[in-house]
Amino acid sequence: MTALTQPVRRRHRARWKTVLGIALTAAMLFPVYWMVNVSLTRTEDMRSDPPHWFPWNPTLEGYANVLDDQLPAMTTSLGIGVGCVALTLLVSAPAAFALAKLRPWGAGPLTFVLLVVQMIPGVVMAIGFYAVYVRLGWLNTVWGLILADSTIAVPFGVLVLTAFMTGVPGELLQAARIDGAGRWRTFVSVVLPLSRNALLTVSLFTFLWAWSDFIFASTLSRNADAVPVTLGIYAYIGNNTTQWNSIMATAVVASVPAAVLLVVAQRYVAGGVVAGAVKD
Amino acid sequence: MPVTTTSAPRLRKPGGAEAGLPASAPRPPARVRVRSTQWAALGFLAPLIVYLLACYAYPLYRNIDLSLHDYTVRSFVQGGADFAGLENYRDVLTDDGFLPALRNTFLFTFVSIAAQYAIGLALAVFFRNNFRLSAVLRGMFLVPWLLPLIVSGSTWAWMLNSDNGIVNTVLESFGAGRINWLTDPGWALVSVIIANIWLGVPFNLVILYSGLQNIPEELYEAAALDGANAWQQFWRITFPLLRPVSGITLLLGLVYTLKVVDVIWIMTTGGPGGASTTLAVWSYREAFGTGLPDFSPAAAIGNLLLLIALAFGFLYLHLQRRQERT
Repeated sequence: MTALTQPVRRRHRARWKTVLGIALTAAMLFPVYWMVNVSLTRTEDMRSDPPHWFPWNPTLEGYANVLDDQLPAMTTSLGIGVGCVALTLLVSAPAAFALAKLRPWGAGPLTFVLLVVQMIPGVVMAIGFYAVYVRLGWLNTVWGLILADSTIAVPFGVLVLTAFMTGVPGELLQAARIDGAGRWRTFVSVVLPLSRNALLTVSLFTFLWAWSDFIFASTLSRNADAVPVTLGIYAYIGNNTTQWNSIMATAVVASVPAAVLLVVAQRYVAGGVVAGAVKD
Repeated sequence: MPVTTTSAPRLRKPGGAEAGLPASAPRPPARVRVRSTQWAALGFLAPLIVYLLACYAYPLYRNIDLSLHDYTVRSFVQGGADFAGLENYRDVLTDDGFLPALRNTFLFTFVSIAAQYAIGLALAVFFRNNFRLSAVLRGMFLVPWLLPLIVSGSTWAWMLNSDNGIVNTVLESFGAGRINWLTDPGWALVSVIIANIWLGVPFNLVILYSGLQNIPEELYEAAALDGANAWQQFWRITFPLLRPVSGITLLLGLVYTLKVVDVIWIMTTGGPGGASTTLAVWSYREAFGTGLPDFSPAAAIGNLLLLIALAFGFLYLHLQRRQERT
């Protein structure tokens, strides 16, 4: 009898937890729902009191405006994101290989520096970059923004990749060596393919950070012809305080990379957060 | 592409990084091999070292240089500013805005991370035992953290709008009065803190959840056998065993939250009248927020903030190192 009731009771409790979990998630995601709701609201309903809880008369005018106004900005952001991923991987992957497998002198201090530079406030970096770029004439350029944005990701990238590559078995490297592969060859043909998951994690985060960056964009690219999407939204808020459906529609579209990331690579995301904070 | 199939002798040729080693030597003595490994390591590390110098050291140097000189817009571009010593720092420290900004910084930071941690921990405990949909729901909790800050910031700004915001509508339906969330000096800081808590919960949830996974299940089973209820289990097992992870989470949150600019700038631009201005926002405003950039004080404020962040940062590294040793 007890053997029978036990699982039933447990299942009952689990269902109760599922219901509560859904309620909590709904509460947490309410702002996101609200963003979507507002993006679909007609301009004449925007100031209605009380606001419409559901988009009963949905309109896509907000999204039409997005396509007209923000498409170039999103293309720019896409380019910056991809450029940033490429630069970050180029710098961090070889360095991680050296730190993980070649036991270089000064590895300890270098790792320490990588941890410390992540603590520098963004505004300090922005002022510094601005001062440097003014003299170089790099303000309002895409590559200048790529370089600045990559500083958010490179230390993280090196640390995560190092932690991962340390786990690559030394026998594999030795085998490659015996087969006559040099270190570069070993790195490219053995270590990199094995580190695919970690490379993916780093790439995803780098792209997302570059795509979301506001501080560098709003300082180094304020007067650029090609502004990233975060700045596009910001300018939108300044110019069209009444058109919140368009603003929110842009916000929804700007969130697409995050949504894709979550669906495609949830376990990499969670893994990346933890790897960046508590490395083992 | 398998390494083994390509011709061995050609691959034997060492790369540029190993240039010190003669290619023909079949088996170099151990000492030489160590040295060649060091050269190779340096080759692999070279891009990173150049990068660190160019993208961290040099901008930081420029930042310190700015804070020690009296730069005008003109000398900022052309050079030749007067050396001012620590005068910029003195001006900042004696500015009327300094103490309020410092107070706001610490209020913003500590209230944010305390609430983020408490909520994150409660959720992590809730999600500890798997139930139907738990993995999916846990994943959805990451959404606020993944959204671009401009998106979440402007969404919150609209939700907290005095006249048409959903928050005031709900408050009014409960009979409470309207609150001018973003424009009332007494509420602006509260508003940005609320939004920031929402932003930080996912990060806390993920890290604390992963910490919970390392607590052995047997402890809970033994405690349950001894008749400990869920409350007791939390305070006697979960909380004490989670202490190292908690410390790291809190300090990391601290370092991240100290430097927040975007959320505040997007929602209130630090206003009204400096009511939600933190040190980071102040620095940002001096440099980029007004029509007249004043980089020298901005750099000085930024460097003060950097010192505070580093102090907590070193504490974090110290704690983490101690935890790794145990």
